[in-house]
Amino acid sequence: MGNKKIIPIGPYHPLQEEPELFKLYCDGEIVRDIKWETGYNHRGIEKLSESKTFDQVFFLVERVCGICSTSHPFAFANCIEEIANVEIPDRAKYIRSIIGEMERIHSHLLWVGLAGHFLGYNTVFMWVWKYREPILDLFEIITGNRNSYAMFKLGGVRRDIPNHLIPSIRKILAEFIPKLDLITGAVMDDPVIHARTKGVGVLTKEDIIDFAAVGPTARASGVAIDVRKDDPYAAYPLVNWKVITAEEGDVFAKTEVRLLEMYESVSIIEQCLDKLEHIKEGEIDVKVKNVPEGMGTGHAEAPRGEVFHFMITDGGYTPVRHKIRAPSYVNIATFKKSCVGQTISDATISLAAVDPCYCCTERMAMVYDYFTKKPLMGTRELLKLSHEKTENIRRRI
Amino acid sequence: MNPEIKNIIEDLKEKFDPEILNITEKNDKRVTVDIPGKAIINISQYLYHDRHFRFIIASALETKKGFEIYYHFSFDRTGLIMNLHVILPAEKPEIESLTGSFEGANWIEREMHEILGINFLNHPNLEKLISQGNWAEGVYPYRKKPLS
Repeated sequence: MGNKKIIPIGPYHPLQEEPELFKLYCDGEIVRDIKWETGYNHRGIEKLSESKTFDQVFFLVERVCGICSTSHPFAFANCIEEIANVEIPDRAKYIRSIIGEMERIHSHLLWVGLAGHFLGYNTVFMWVWKYREPILDLFEIITGNRNSYAMFKLGGVRRDIPNHLIPSIRKILAEFIPKLDLITGAVMDDPVIHARTKGVGVLTKEDIIDFAAVGPTARASGVAIDVRKDDPYAAYPLVNWKVITAEEGDVFAKTEVRLLEMYESVSIIEQCLDKLEHIKEGEIDVKVKNVPEGMGTGHAEAPRGEVFHFMITDGGYTPVRHKIRAPSYVNIATFKKSCVGQTISDATISLAAVDPCYCCTERMAMVYDYFTKKPLMGTRELLKLSHEKTENIRRRI
Repeated sequence: MNPEIKNIIEDLKEKFDPEILNITEKNDKRVTVDIPGKAIINISQYLYHDRHFRFIIASALETKKGFEIYYHFSFDRTGLIMNLHVILPAEKPEIESLTGSFEGANWIEREMHEILGINFLNHPNLEKLISQGNWAEGVYPYRKKPLS
């Protein structure tokens, strides 16, 4: 590396919400090389999965990532249902797709907000996160949780979306569209955002293919891959929608792809709701007696790209080997191309552009009295508060 | 079966005849091809460069037969996932690295080296990926002791 200066970002740094360490080797203002260390929160989930029954693995993989907490159960369901050769009921297919698309909306909004924050444009951050709240409320109404929804199970879904809720869901989505228009307009027409993101962190089509990158990162460079279209699952082949792509491969193109994808997601949810109204309530799962010996591959399109699960079973109750590949695993490696040659100030947004997710969800909350140091609230009290809040939201709609 | 997929499988059989040990077609979109370890470079290059497959990831595990690696490739236009399956001997698990063909194999080979102790020949940098500096040398957490 010669006598280049090293600028460290991380392991704990306000730029990213999760621990990782980037070492930018700089020559003046220009980044000449980048190295990174990850693995700060490696939890051995693949190994842990080998000690869980198939029903428990759903809850385990939900905790791989807090933001895409449906994508992993989705890919796992595709994988295990391929081994067990199960066809799930139509109603479950539509519910799965609705949850998957709602997750895409909230995750893309989260990214757009953070991107605004990284650029020093905190108005975008405040607005976008404010308008993300109704989507999270919608999750709470349907599933009872803002995150980690526990909706998926082997052979279907665990909760139905009752038909009497559908008008309220439509109303929330209808109110969301003008806000999305506002955000899209604010981002796409702003000269400052253009100046900061156009031509920055460019990934060419060849880079994408070489690094095997996926998701909006690939689609923004003109590589039109989307598991929902290429290897359709759940209700995606039953509704009309299109894959959004851009050609430029810079940060602006990635933003554009994500913003326009949200419109497609809303359209998919609305079409699924139309179909749900005509299917009998309650038929949301089939019984699966056992999972035979075999091998299965399942993938699903998460907000960040393809989530891939591979499993080998031996006819028992637990997996023999369970391989999980999250999209950031392949997308983060592209930093070598997107950051080198940029200035330090542009490197930060280039790092953020692939929407990296280092998978951390471990947490526990306890509220202590400041003076007596005695715990005021533990799990039970917080859970009670949470249930009351969900009921409040349900009453409000 | 999609004629394009059929054509690929026929081509594969024709081009690499003695090296293709077995082809299992689980359904229209899931195909597993058993190959010897030494054929991995040629066949993966054929899939990646000539047929424009996308490399998804590789999964490794230890079994009674030794170390098994499944290289997962996707042919996105048709939704086909092709698994190239190799078995490496337990006493000397080593195979050529695919990083010469595509950069996407870099991290996963480092990871497989780290968790199972498989050696990837000609890999540019086999440093640890997920447990830098906080795991004992020569201890491989994903190894099993298969029942004899």
